[in-house]
Order: sequence, then structure tokens, then C-alpha cells
Amino acid sequence: MKEILILSGKGGTGKTSLTGCFAQLSSNAVFCDCDVDASNLHLLLAPELQETEEFYAGWTPQFMEKGCTQCGICEKVCRFKAISCEKGFPRQLPGLCEGCGACADHCPTGAVKLSPRHCGRRYRSQTPYGTLFHAELFPGEENSGKLIAELRRAARAEAEKTDAGLLISDGPPGIGCPVISSMSGVDLVVAVTEPTPSGFHDFKRVAELAHQFEIPVQLIINKWDLNCELSEMIAEFCRGRNIPEIGRIPFDPIFSECLRKNRTVLSASDPSAALNIKNIWQKISSLTF
Amino acid sequence: MKIAVASGKGGTGKTTVAVALAETLGARAVLLDCDVEEPNCHLFLQSHIESSSAVTVMVPRFHQEQCTGCGRCAKVCRFNAIASLGKRQLIFQELCHSCGNCLLSCPADALTESTMEIGRIHRRTPGAFPLYSGELQVGHALSVPLIRQLKEMCEDDKINILDAPPGTACPMVNSVRGCDYVILVTEPTPFGLHDLAGAVETLRTMEIPCGIIINRDEGKGTLIEDYAGQNKLDILMRIPFSRKIAEGYSAACSLLQSAPELKEKFSSLLEKVEAL
Repeated sequence: MKEILILSGKGGTGKTSLTGCFAQLSSNAVFCDCDVDASNLHLLLAPELQETEEFYAGWTPQFMEKGCTQCGICEKVCRFKAISCEKGFPRQLPGLCEGCGACADHCPTGAVKLSPRHCGRRYRSQTPYGTLFHAELFPGEENSGKLIAELRRAARAEAEKTDAGLLISDGPPGIGCPVISSMSGVDLVVAVTEPTPSGFHDFKRVAELAHQFEIPVQLIINKWDLNCELSEMIAEFCRGRNIPEIGRIPFDPIFSECLRKNRTVLSASDPSAALNIKNIWQKISSLTF
Repeated sequence: MKIAVASGKGGTGKTTVAVALAETLGARAVLLDCDVEEPNCHLFLQSHIESSSAVTVMVPRFHQEQCTGCGRCAKVCRFNAIASLGKRQLIFQELCHSCGNCLLSCPADALTESTMEIGRIHRRTPGAFPLYSGELQVGHALSVPLIRQLKEMCEDDKINILDAPPGTACPMVNSVRGCDYVILVTEPTPFGLHDLAGAVETLRTMEIPCGIIINRDEGKGTLIEDYAGQNKLDILMRIPFSRKIAEGYSAACSLLQSAPELKEKFSSLLEKVEAL
């Protein structure tokens, strides 16, 4: 079983639109939406929810007045300034706690208890194309890395169980914790970029990250004809870094027209965009890696 | 005043709008690029780095000779950043959240504070206003400490425009925290709406007022307008879908360079937000 991750660095280059197409073109594959912060893949694949699992990660402190001597040690040891003892008994200031547990560990009377933190939810859904694993992280939460790791574990277990040949994952933007968690152990990164200064800048950083992880990268330039010169510069950069270019997609209003109807371009009446993407998918799926 | 520009969905035009707001305000502005994983503001503002400072976080340093092998440091670390192997403790710096709990818990002074560089803050002056960009080092996982240090560059007597990262998790939350207003930039698509709703919910729990800019508006459908109406949110502005703007963007032109006629709309928007 091989795992492919679609990344970009920059948001909005077309990762999810293309992952949706690849999912629809694939056979014997499982899908995973690693963009748990703003997950969109399910909007294209008409999923039927089968299982929900609550996601708990990290800790949140409960301050009990019984036993509290108002010594203020909890506030002193908190490096995130998440506790205020201004009014005597400690209270948690919203959105700052990182769940380190120092307050509970160093309370001299044991008046602080730690409870598991409810950070989100993950789902297993059936789509007409295969099983989809997706999730949502509650607003303001961290631990996206851990949620992504759990999601991928579940997706891989499903792929093993059903003898699926491929796990296709829609990645998050950026290069931080969510991307690192999505990337570890994948066999291939398919990078989707656009010929804009942001697209190129951000793609370089994601390529560097993949290089650090020793994961091969292949490139798709989306909306390439918006700036042919910059597309060539990106291609030149890739040649120098041993990153094969597997396709270019011209700017086409058909993408947003289809997106507005929660569809991929494979459903459009004009088949030219779909044909291009089919050729790209053909190249990806016939890779031996 | 602090105004953040956020979205939920990536690629809707946050940086485009943040830069346009700073250019409209001119000398009254300070622009802070809080998308430290992929900072882009500087790409549209011709300028060079004037100064650059390293951003470091505290990580523990282990001293073998003092260690009694009690394993307490590994036990208290909730981030799995310490592995205890008898009298040898392995520190995984990239996982460390700098909470200091291990240092507090060690009975034998075998852990001291050390620093690890996670990125840099660059200062540029592209025009009448300064631009501070946070840049996370590739390979580092945690952007929040860098965002927190970057926000210290805000100036009280100016209008600070903060270009926030996408999403609604802790990088975005730490960028918008303490702001007086958040402008949410969206696109009129189901993806845009889905993620906009997540961002609005986040801001409601943080009790920060917000309004919406619809970018790449083609005048088709009322997807965002319906949502805004149901949720009592202002549509502050519409930026039309335009190939001219898209091509300008791809040639590193700022929005106001490609479409100077929009400056008046940005001025009115700022007047409205300042008055709130």
C-alpha cells in the first residue's frame, strides 16, 4: 500500500479540487483529508457518514476551591500566562493553556486536577469512490498533529484491511506541525503550485521540508498560463532539484463553476480540463515507488 | 488599534487585503505578517530587509553528571519531548513547548535552560509604513511562539494590520487574539463559505467583532450574502473577479497597483472599522 500526499505550501492553489478528481479517478484507494483545520474534501465526494469518534488530546486544568490555599503558585509556574489568581482563587484565561500540567504538578495541596481535553472529532464516511477519513478540529485548538496522526492510522488500517493499493491524502497549507504530521512516512508528495510570487515562494519551502524528510516530490503547475514566464522559472527550479513536473493545468473558469456546485471538473460537459487531469492521474498512478 | 485579516480557507486573499489596507493607511500603519509558515506580504512590497532578529524558545538542556535517574522529567512532560533511559534523558527539542515543567520537577538540577532558534523576524520599510515578517525555519513545527514575539512589534499609536495564517487553529487564534476587529476574506464558493463559518465561530468564542470581504466576486449567487444575513455580519466590501487583478498578482503587483480605483473603497472600510 502506497501513500500519496497532496501539498502546496500556499493555500488556494487547488489541492482539494485536484485531490477530489484523483479520488474519483482512482480504483481501490482510501482517502484522507489531513486539512483538519479547514477540511473541504468531503464537500466534493458526497460522503455518507458511518462512524464518528471523539478526539481527546492533551489536558485541561480544573481548579477546585476546596483545598486551595490561594498561594498563587499555579499562576507563577504557568509560562503561558493562562492562569489568573487576581481574584483570590485561580481561574483559567481562555485560549492560552497549552496543557503542560505544571499547575497541577506543583500545586502544594493537589487542588488542581487535569482532565482530558476534547479537541475535535474524526469521521469515517463511505463515498461512491472509496472510504474517506476526515476530521474537524474545534476552533482554537492545537493538537492538530495528533489528530492527523490518528486519522492517518485509521485510514492506513482500513487500507490494509481492504487490501487497497493506495491512500490518497489532501494536505494542509503551510509547513508547520499539521504538514509535518501529514508528511511523515508518505511515499510521495504531489505538490500543486501556481505561477505567482506567493505560490513559488511557498512551494520552495514545502519542497525543502519534503527534502528534509527524504520524500520524493512531483509537481503540478495549476493556472500555468496566468504567467508563462514564472511557470518556466518554477519548472527550471524543479529541474535543478530533481523534482519531475507531471502536469500543467491552464487557468479555466470551469473549475470554479464546478466548485460552486460541489463538483469536480470531471463532471463538466466540456471534457478538456478533465482529460488533462486524467493524463496527470495516469502518470501518478503508474509510478512505481 | 489592531485589525487582523483572516479567512478560514487558504488562498482567499488575506495577504492581498492586508497589503492594500497598509498601503491605504500609509504612515498610520504597521503591517505584521503573522503567517510565519509562509509569509508573503513582502513579495508585493518592493523593499529589502533592514534588520533581522532571531526568535528563540526555551528548551531544556540535560546535564548527565547531576542526573539521579528518577525519570520525573519524562513523566511530567505532556508533549513527549523527553525520553528517559535510566540516567540518560533524551530531549526532543522540536516537540518541546517550553513550559518549563521538567526544570521545575527535577530534584537534582540536572536540567537547565537553553535556547533554540525557531525562526526570524525581518523588518522592512516598503513605503510609509514598516513591515515585520515572521519566518519560521523550515522543519520546525510550532509557529505560535514566533507569532507571539512578532506581535510585540505592534505600535500603540498606529493602526496595526496583522496578516493572519489560514485556518482556525492556534496559529490563527494567537494572531487575532487581542485585536480590536477581524476582517474575514472569503470567496463565493462552498469551500470559502464552509471555512468562513468556522472562522466566524472561532471569533465569536473569542468575542472579537468581525466583518466580511468577498474576493473574486462574480456577481453570481448569494452564497456568502445569505450566510452574512443569517448571522448579522457586515459585508464590508466586494473585490470583483478580474483577470487583470489575477495577472497583476502573478507579476508581484499589489492590489492597489493593479486596481487603484479600489483605494477609495478601502478608505471607507477603514473609516467604518475605526468608528466601531
